[in-house]
Amino acid sequence: MSQTTIHMNDVNKWFGTMHVLRDINLTVNKGEHLVLCGPSGSGKSTLIRCINALEEIQGGTIEVNGNVLGKKGANVDHVRRDVGMVFQQFNLFPHLTVLQNCMLAPRRIHRISEAEAKDKAMHFLEQVHIAEHGHKYPAQLSGGQQQRVAIARALCMGPQIMLFDEPTSALDPEMVKEVLDTMVGLADQGITMICVTHEMGFARAVAHRVIFMDRGEIIETAPPTEFFGNPQHERTRAFLSQILNH
Amino acid sequence: MNYTFDFTPIFQAWGLLAQGAWATVYISAISMALGLVFGIVLTALRMAPLAPLRAFAIGYIELVRNTPFLVQVFFIYFGMPELGLRLNAMEAAILTMTLNCSAYIAEIVRSGVESIRPGQIEAGKALGLSTPDVYRFIVFRPAIRAVYPSLCSQFVLMMLNTSLVASISAQELTYAAQMIDNRTFRSFEVYFVLGAIYLVLSQLFSVGLSMIGRVYFSYPTK
Ligand SMILES: Nc1ncnc2c1ncn2[C@@H]1O[C@H](COP(=O)(O)OP(=O)(O)OP(=O)(O)O)[C@@H](O)[C@H]1O
Ligand SMILES: [Mg+2]
Repeated sequence: MSQTTIHMNDVNKWFGTMHVLRDINLTVNKGEHLVLCGPSGSGKSTLIRCINALEEIQGGTIEVNGNVLGKKGANVDHVRRDVGMVFQQFNLFPHLTVLQNCMLAPRRIHRISEAEAKDKAMHFLEQVHIAEHGHKYPAQLSGGQQQRVAIARALCMGPQIMLFDEPTSALDPEMVKEVLDTMVGLADQGITMICVTHEMGFARAVAHRVIFMDRGEIIETAPPTEFFGNPQHERTRAFLSQILNH
Repeated sequence: MNYTFDFTPIFQAWGLLAQGAWATVYISAISMALGLVFGIVLTALRMAPLAPLRAFAIGYIELVRNTPFLVQVFFIYFGMPELGLRLNAMEAAILTMTLNCSAYIAEIVRSGVESIRPGQIEAGKALGLSTPDVYRFIVFRPAIRAVYPSLCSQFVLMMLNTSLVASISAQELTYAAQMIDNRTFRSFEVYFVLGAIYLVLSQLFSVGLSMIGRVYFSYPTK
């Protein structure tokens, strides 16, 4: 676990005049699992969205698997091929069945046959325990089921890195566990993961490092035992006492 | 009032009316199909990353929507031969209808595209799909579904608009009625029946279009 896979160097981002990422320096090793937390509006989503170029940065550099995300969209295709993303709102395509959701990108990008795409889709749908719903449409599934399909859909592209942006915060409480269990399973397979979440049990179980952000800055980075047991920074302590008292 | 209604001369000319009705359906169907294709191309230009393409599309749409249809028909049929484009009445009618309705369709399709949540487009990009693929496979169908009722009423309006191409002697339904009127002097009866035929045609179009919609957009939504 020493090979660098993501390297963010002095990354700065503005939305208009609002400075949302300030001098972000972050190195993620292959197979590492990071949990990113912090107050609302602190820039967590923006940070991970920069990694697959859903947001442009105005300063610094981001390197993913050796590809430098440059200005004007250089290398975006290469980077997105290596990075999968799961969103808070699932973002399944409503007019496609579960299987079709999973088959679209592999067919268009890897140009594989329909049969091969279907096999692959079934493989990952089985992994997230939802293969029996392959012919349903997203609107016919519960939130937890939809999010597991979204995970399978991302996995069908064979990413080396998975980004999760609050994957369980739009779910009813009874569905959170099925999605977290799926993510734990994924972590056990050794994929590189960056996960924005406030599920601290998940962070304790799978994170190698927990990162705390506030107002666009990385305030503290530590392994979970240290992070929860002995937070160094005042703002981290204030944040933890807030979310743990919920 | 001592006018006695007599519909028999009109029904005797039913062959002419049937031919005209068929021509109306034919002009409308072709213009709808072509107009939809051009309308979608215009929408793409309207939202293109290059400013000159956007400017062209906006200029075209504004031009078409702010000049009368009748003037457009005259311009194409009587004006364009000066530039060497000589069309018969039927061709001029179809071309004008297509150019005209593509502008309206473009505006409708654009509002459909804008109704799609950004998360859908982001999910497509995050999977690595190219921008054209994202619009073609992810945005297109839900966007059209969102505006399908407006699209259908636009199509019906268009079909009714074909009556204006009688003015360049394109031999459609209204033209047929004018011929019968000239021959029988039964104006009330002729235009009464003509209105009734248009009413039936627009109902048929509505039903047909909504059936197509039910098949193409059969996926469930919450
Ligand atoms: N597209 C945008 N345009 C303008 N401002 C934005 C945009 N997206 C985010 N912001 C702003 O940037 C800041 C960081 O937003 P971001 O979504 O990254 O926060 P977050 O830490 O993910 O918050 P949350 O926990 O609420 O999801 C916020 O102040 C937000 O209002
Ligand atoms: Mg967020």
